[in-house]
Amino acid sequence: MVEWTDFERATIADIFSKMEYEVIGPAALSRCLVVYPWTQRYFGNFGNLYNAAAIIGNPMVAKHGTTILHGLDRAVKNMDNIKSEYAELSVLHSEKLHVDPDNFKLLSDCLTIVVSAKLGKEFNGEVQAAFQKFLAVVVTSLGRQYH
Amino acid sequence: LLFMSIKSPSLLKLITAFSDSQSTGKMTTLTAKDKDRVKTFWAQVSGKSEDIGSEALARMLIVYPQTKTYFAHWKDTSPNSANAKKHGITVMGGVADAVTKIDDLKAGLLSLSELHAFTLRVDPANFKILSHCILVVMANMFPEDFTPQVHVAMDKFLSALALALAEKYR
Repeated sequence: MVEWTDFERATIADIFSKMEYEVIGPAALSRCLVVYPWTQRYFGNFGNLYNAAAIIGNPMVAKHGTTILHGLDRAVKNMDNIKSEYAELSVLHSEKLHVDPDNFKLLSDCLTIVVSAKLGKEFNGEVQAAFQKFLAVVVTSLGRQYH
Repeated sequence: LLFMSIKSPSLLKLITAFSDSQSTGKMTTLTAKDKDRVKTFWAQVSGKSEDIGSEALARMLIVYPQTKTYFAHWKDTSPNSANAKKHGITVMGGVADAVTKIDDLKAGLLSLSELHAFTLRVDPANFKILSHCILVVMANMFPEDFTPQVHVAMDKFLSALALALAEKYR
């Protein structure tokens, strides 16, 4: 089981309590599709992803970014059992969506960078460490059921 | 093959991209647009280069504690130590220099590569780690300017830099 310090728990709770899902989610996903263009392979039916401006302005990307970010809520609510929280989603991503689990890390790096830009000074080294640890646990859990 | 290329511009683009990636080995060929974005963004932020460097290095030591193993010779490996701050500045100075050598990083970073290969022997995986921290700091300090387009150009640049740095390893 993952051990969380009080600081880590408080940090994650704080970040998500004031999270602007409709801003951060779209920003993170669109950034991922721009910075790592091969990730676009999973969004063939999302319409115009032809260039950065198109991706950033794409409403389907925005909607899906918000959905993905809300997907982290269950981990925030149950930090002591993230692995079991994501068992079903892991199967979904593997069996149905066929997403290469390496992509989870790419998206989480983009999310870190977007949150860093949003929070500014508040997002110091210790906060970054806690946030990245949290995302790493989620990423591992999402990759758990692949075979 | 050349005849086919003339008939099909997209095929020519594909062949060029393929041969580019073969010659550099990774997704690190910087387009003219990439270089332009890097140089423009760097001009905007270079005044804060020392802060970026110290901050990135400090974060690396905090977020990736295994990187402290390279600094066992410092009395104090804490992120806010004088050593760490100074080293962050040194490293960022190297990045600044690399921007001026962006058209031929391999040649430009030859002696630095030899230093890292034979003396420092830093595992190249750590270049990726520090690059990530640099990007996080850039986003943190310049949220308006560090757009996705600038981000991808900087990420490619730092990857190309890392590759040039690892050139002499084996």
